[in-house]
Amino acid sequence: MTPDNPKEPASTEPPPAARSDRSAWYWLLLVPIVVPLLTFLFNSDSPRLAGFPAFYWIQLSFIPLGVVCTVVVYQMTKNRG
Amino acid sequence: MASDHITEIVVFTVLFLLVSGMGFVAARWRRPDTMHSLDEWGLGGRSFGSWITWFLVGGDLYTAYTFVAVPALVFGAGAAGFFAVPYTIIVYPLVFLFLIRLWSVSHVHGFVTPADFVRARFGSPTLALLVAITGIVATMPYIALQLVGIEAVLKAMGVNGHWPLIIAFVILAAYTYQSGLRAPALIAFVKDVLIYLVIIVAVLYIPAKLGGWGDIFDSAKAKFDATPAPGDGITIAGSGQLNYAMLALGSAMALFLYPHSVTGVLASRNRNVIKRNMAALPAYSFVLGLIALLGYMAIAAGVKPIVTDGKPDANTAVPVLFDHMFPDWFAGVAFAAVGIGALVPAAIMSIAAANLFTRNIYKEYLNRDATEKQEATVSKLVSLIVKAGAVACILALDPQFSIDLQLIGGVIILQTLPSVGLGLMTRWFHRGALIAGWAGGMIAGLWMLYQIPNPAKGKEHFGGSAYSLSDLGFDTKMTIYAGILALAVNVAVAAIGTVVCRAAKLADGADATRADDYFADEGDAKVKELDLSAAT
Repeated sequence: MTPDNPKEPASTEPPPAARSDRSAWYWLLLVPIVVPLLTFLFNSDSPRLAGFPAFYWIQLSFIPLGVVCTVVVYQMTKNRG
Repeated sequence: MASDHITEIVVFTVLFLLVSGMGFVAARWRRPDTMHSLDEWGLGGRSFGSWITWFLVGGDLYTAYTFVAVPALVFGAGAAGFFAVPYTIIVYPLVFLFLIRLWSVSHVHGFVTPADFVRARFGSPTLALLVAITGIVATMPYIALQLVGIEAVLKAMGVNGHWPLIIAFVILAAYTYQSGLRAPALIAFVKDVLIYLVIIVAVLYIPAKLGGWGDIFDSAKAKFDATPAPGDGITIAGSGQLNYAMLALGSAMALFLYPHSVTGVLASRNRNVIKRNMAALPAYSFVLGLIALLGYMAIAAGVKPIVTDGKPDANTAVPVLFDHMFPDWFAGVAFAAVGIGALVPAAIMSIAAANLFTRNIYKEYLNRDATEKQEATVSKLVSLIVKAGAVACILALDPQFSIDLQLIGGVIILQTLPSVGLGLMTRWFHRGALIAGWAGGMIAGLWMLYQIPNPAKGKEHFGGSAYSLSDLGFDTKMTIYAGILALAVNVAVAAIGTVVCRAAKLADGADATRADDYFADEGDAKVKELDLSAAT
């Protein structure tokens, strides 16, 4: 659940010519779209965390995962400062 | 009797009147030169920065109905109701990828509604009209359901009868008429502060009184184990997993297509405001997750929902929980949070529906030469009509009917995905094929919803959105969200239709947008300004 991403760092690409915000970093947004749909990852009662069944704490932990991915993409695609 | 709840009623009324006053004052906030244009009245001047957008969009997407219905679903069925969490996680990356392009192209061309975009992109007023009508039809019951949210807290305070609802909506209608989008933007601050306050207190205070989170989940499990229904429990049954995931995905796609979400996004100042917000808005998803768990707290606390007309109303489970658990004054604050929570989305939704009517029906078909001032006037009037219609829906019809309509609304708004959502990415589809796809998706969606029974509520039709795959001939107990299946039909028809239309060399509409427009940002030239500079 780290922001580490196997994709090539987009920073090596030159700033795109003309008007386009094409960037490989956008693919990172697929993580928070796909991961919450994989019910087999979290559909069980144990292990519990602070009384919360796995079903609940794992899905709640997807929220920071989504935030991290979005922040990374935002930082990497911010245009003109 | 209501006299037991006098403190709650007083606190509720005071807070409600306070925000109503704010709603009227909002017209002076960030005062424009003139309120007589849709850009000002309907989009707040397209000038909102990060903070305002955060409160506005948060207040817009997380409605009072969500706050009442999601825990009610968890209270009644358990884990299946928790789909609201993955749903609201998925929606933000989607907005980041899709709606940001809509913001740019709308900034350049002065679009106010998603149908404006479709008209320019595909050169088809007919397709735009279909998108506009779909948006209005899907939004109306959503507004009506905000009243269901207010009704639930009023019932918990022992206030019955319809007059408080009518008063609340008359006040809402008046200040929306006067202040436009500025009113919900300002009120959203109060709403969200109250909601956060109530939820933080609730999740610290109530579990402590009920013996901790572990005990709360255990008593919920015990309740669901004791019921004969196979689909409930604190985790999802095997056959419900596909539906859980598809309902989350489908609802997320539907949410960003709803006209009121588009309105909130278009009102922001620039692209970075939207991007920053997509990282910050999930804070609300966390709150929503905790709100959902209030349903389990209600089970653990042994709450009995209020019975109306012989039927227990699950929507009252959480308000009754607050009533039992909190001191009276704080229960009043909690109820006010839900009540005010209804006002923000109801205002934005009525503005969005009114803008659709004005731009895509009135201006397109009734008065082609409408001035900006006429547009604003029509929108203001229509926003009143829309709200009156919502109140009439709730008063004249069984509220269950609005809930059914809302269910249908989610499925039908999804059918605008190929023209609005995919249209933002590609111009490949043929306008005729998109119309055919829309029709196919609508028919398939409505037909499936009609087929779904709900034995628990004794309904044969429109009993839910989980369609049994066995009805399609598959040998399985799995169910899937009907909206996703209907969307699949829609996309398939649109794709095949496009190939056919191209082969038959049917005329396609012109695309008035350019590739550059989808990346434009604050400060870039707008079409209107270009026209003006060319004219002088």
